[in-house]
Order: sequence, then C-alpha cells, then structure tokens
Amino acid sequence: MTVPTTSPNPIRPAFAQGEHDGEVIVNIGPSHPATHGTIQVIAALDGERINRVDVHCGYLHRGFEKECESHTWHNLIPYVDRLNYCSGLINDFAYCDAVEKLMDIEITPRCRYLRTLLSEYSRIADHLTCIAASLMELGAMTAFLYLVMIRDYVYEHLAALTGARVTYTYGRIGGLARDLPDGWLSRLDEILTQYEEFIGRIHGLMDRNRIFIDRTRNIGVISSTDAVNWGFTGPILRSTGLACDLRKDAPYLAYAELDFDVPVGINGDNYDRYYVRMREMDESVYMIRQLIEMLPGGPINVDDRRCTLPEKELVYTEIESLINHFKLIMDGPAAPAGEVYAAHEAPNGELGFYLVSTGGGIPYKLHVRSPSFVHMGGLHRLLEGYQLADMIPTFGSVNMIGGECDR
Amino acid sequence: MSAPVFDVVQQQFATVTGEFHLSHGTLVIVLHPTALLDAVRRLRSEFGFDLLLDVTAVDWPGQALRFEVVYHFYSTTHRVRVRLKTRVREADPTVDSLVPLFGSANFMERECHDMYGIVFRGNPDQRPILLYEGFAGHPLRKDYPKQQEQPLVPYRT
Repeated sequence: MTVPTTSPNPIRPAFAQGEHDGEVIVNIGPSHPATHGTIQVIAALDGERINRVDVHCGYLHRGFEKECESHTWHNLIPYVDRLNYCSGLINDFAYCDAVEKLMDIEITPRCRYLRTLLSEYSRIADHLTCIAASLMELGAMTAFLYLVMIRDYVYEHLAALTGARVTYTYGRIGGLARDLPDGWLSRLDEILTQYEEFIGRIHGLMDRNRIFIDRTRNIGVISSTDAVNWGFTGPILRSTGLACDLRKDAPYLAYAELDFDVPVGINGDNYDRYYVRMREMDESVYMIRQLIEMLPGGPINVDDRRCTLPEKELVYTEIESLINHFKLIMDGPAAPAGEVYAAHEAPNGELGFYLVSTGGGIPYKLHVRSPSFVHMGGLHRLLEGYQLADMIPTFGSVNMIGGECDR
Repeated sequence: MSAPVFDVVQQQFATVTGEFHLSHGTLVIVLHPTALLDAVRRLRSEFGFDLLLDVTAVDWPGQALRFEVVYHFYSTTHRVRVRLKTRVREADPTVDSLVPLFGSANFMERECHDMYGIVFRGNPDQRPILLYEGFAGHPLRKDYPKQQEQPLVPYRT
C-alpha cells in the first residue's frame, strides 16, 4: 500500500501567517527535542518575543477512559500506572484510594504507611526527573547526570520491590501486591544518604549560578490569582506563594501524622518552581525517615473477600476460595452503585479520579483529572511576553507528562 | 464529615431550585442548566470556590435527559470540594460555558465537547483538543463502539 505524501492537518491553528504585520508564526513540536512529551506549540513571534501561543495536545491520546469502561476495577491498575510514568505508584494509590472509598474499605495500617512512604519516594523520583531534564536543556550536563544517577538508584530500588522500573502495577484494591523484601529499608537509607550528598552538589552548582539565574529569574511569572484562575495546582501554584497542598489541607493516607512543611515560592517564576521542587524533595526525605520509624507490622491486605484474592494455597484446596478467586478475576471486585471523586497530591498537582459505578465489577465511567492537561490550558500565560528561548526553561518547569495529559 | 461552608451554601442557595446531598465528604448540587452560570458565579464570589478542578460528563443512554455534565470545584480557603451536576437532553446538549468565570474551563470544556458532544454556549473555542480535525462522533458516548477506528493516516501493511 502506498503512503500518501500529504495527510490532512490534525489541528486548526488559532491564527495564521499574515494576520498581524511583522508577526512570524513558528510551529514547535509535536516532535521536538525540547518538548519532552508530544505537544505542539504554535507561536506568533515579534522578533524573538512570543506574542501569542496556541497549545495543542492530544498526540498521545489512546482512549484510556474508553478502555477503562470495559475492564474490571482490578484490571485498570496497569493502565493508571501509565498516566504519569515518572511516578506510577502515586497513580496506583490514588486510583485504589478512589475505588476503596467507593467500596467503603479501610486499608490496614501497614499498607497505609507503606503507601505514604512509596508516594513520597515516587515524588522524589518525579521531581528528580523534572529538574534533571530542565537543567539539561539549559546545558547543565553535570547536574543532569548527578540527578539522573540518584533517580536510577530509586528506580532500581523500586524494581527490587515491584519487579518493574517505571510501570509498577504495585497497588491493589484494599492493599498492595506484596510486602517489602528483606533488606529493602536499609538500602532505602543508603539511597537517601546518597541523595543528600548529591543534592547538596546540585545546590552548589545551580542556586547562585549566574547563567541559571539569568535564564530562570523573572521568566514565566504567574501570580497566585492567575494561577488559581487557570487551574494550576501543585508546585506551580505553590511557587506563587499559595501554600495549597492536599497532603496538609485534606490529609489522606498517613499524612496527618507526619511532620512536614509546605515549601512556597515568592515570585511564581521558573527559579521558584525549581526551588520549590528541590525543597519538596527534602521534605519527602524527612517524611520517609519518619515513616521508616513509624512503619507498623501486620498484614498489607484487608481481609475482605470483595476485593482481596484468597491465599493461593486455599484456592487449590478449598472450593469456597476457588470460587472466590474465580469471581474476583472474572467479574471483578463488586463496587456498589454510586460516584466518588478522590484526589491525591501528585508531584505535578492534584491528580483526581472521578468514578461512576452502577454496581458490579466494571466501572460505568472513569475520568481522570490530570494536572498536566489543566496546566497545558494555562501554559500560554507562562509563555506569552517572553523570549522564544525562554520557552525551554518554562516548559521544563511545568513538567508536562504526555501520558496523563492526553490519556 | 461536613464542612461548615456546606451548611452556609445550602442555606444561601435556598432560592435556587436544586438538590443537595453529601457524598464522601463532597457537597453535591444538582441544578437545572439555566441556573448553572448564576450558581457558579455565586459559588465563586460568595463562598470562595475559586478553583475549577474538572469538567466532564456521564452518558446515560435511554434516559430523557441523557447527558449529565459534572463540575468539580475546590475552595482554596475552605479546603473542600463541591460537585455540581446538571442534566441535558440529547437533542440539545447545551450548557452555559464557564469561560467568562474561569480560564481553566476552556481546555476542560473542549475535552468534554470532544468526548461527549456537549455544546458549551459562550465558549468561542470549541476546536478538537484530544481528537483531531474531522473526527466523526464522540468516543466516550456509550453508543460509540470501542473498536471503531478512524486513522488519520492509513495504516501501513
């Protein structure tokens, strides 16, 4: 079959060449080295200054929400992993939390603390990725390698727990896939110590670096009012000075029992977003150290036959457990009819799951409130009025994740 | 678990024809589409629900009011959420746009327009966002078959 040489344009730009005198329309993306994530930005330039931008996403749309309507609640866990692939565990736990709310399940204490610990661990990995990528784009190769090295320690350490580097499929409705392997916590302690050593070097390399400050200070500025109006949450909203963090405001998991600060910025510019993320990682390390001390023993899965699979031993020897296993796999965990919205503070902002159930093992509707998608709706506020080259640090500091943006 | 602001909202909204109930710590308000814009304006200015979190819809085929448009709001002062729901008919799936009140409404409404074909009156920009120009149908409607493909570029075999 011959491939046609021209295909229809998938998008309709908001403006065209020649509408305004002296404006040049430049198309950036969707496949561009500086847009890590497939996103297309059409910019109207006056010289090097960006007058207007038109942001197009959707190049990674894969029908996630449609697909979810034909699988059991359990079968969706691998899918939600792939929303924000830098911190898959937080997606897992937010989704499981939503289903547990719907089914009115209270998870065991050990599971609650473990989920909190792993959420914070994932937050470190996510922020490391974001900072590393945006520094690399500014030419800071050493800083990039230091950060990515630590991130790789984290990934391999999580692989030892879950069996996968990025897409973990580790959450379960009512618990977790498995308990910690031997020696996992002592290796965690080693990694945290190494993290502190290397993050100190990043502070030394970047914080007062003239080039870095020139590229990020007073670039991509947004005020608190604007940020709220455009739906920004997470580090971007906090960089404007508003201490809005679901872990403090509506504590879920074990956050109510932890001591931590919510770092905020002053200006809401790229530098503040960098610094808020750096400080948040320090708080995460502080929380993980508390959680290691607090981690209780006991089971990780709730003893509830509606969602937890029976022991394999019993499945082979007992007819009730065999049927239980069969029904859970074939029909899915029976959630009552109703609707629920549950949100966790993901590294990028509020990650919400809106579930509608008509009863039974398959969702009637599942909608993801992904921070990246909403942030793309306000991205033009961060880009307009600045230089074309400023797009790189600004886009890096927003940390757009294609998987959760386009779903 | 009921936040004090929920009681205030329920009392103050007594003039509006709507239903109220609490669901998992969220106040749910069911409104007629004509009351939507006014209610949202009051929620934002009088009760501090200043963050529009989410716009989506639920398809209930076979019902007279087929589409249920669902909004989530968050208050950065009271730290609670409100869910607003309104039902529209399939023949005229039109609700008022929230773009004049919230900048973030634009992308979310465009997504909802893509996926369910809800028309947001007053939103000047309803181009496809997750889908592409010329895509026929609305994929999250229950009558859109999951396997139906509309490749923009023909598959190479």
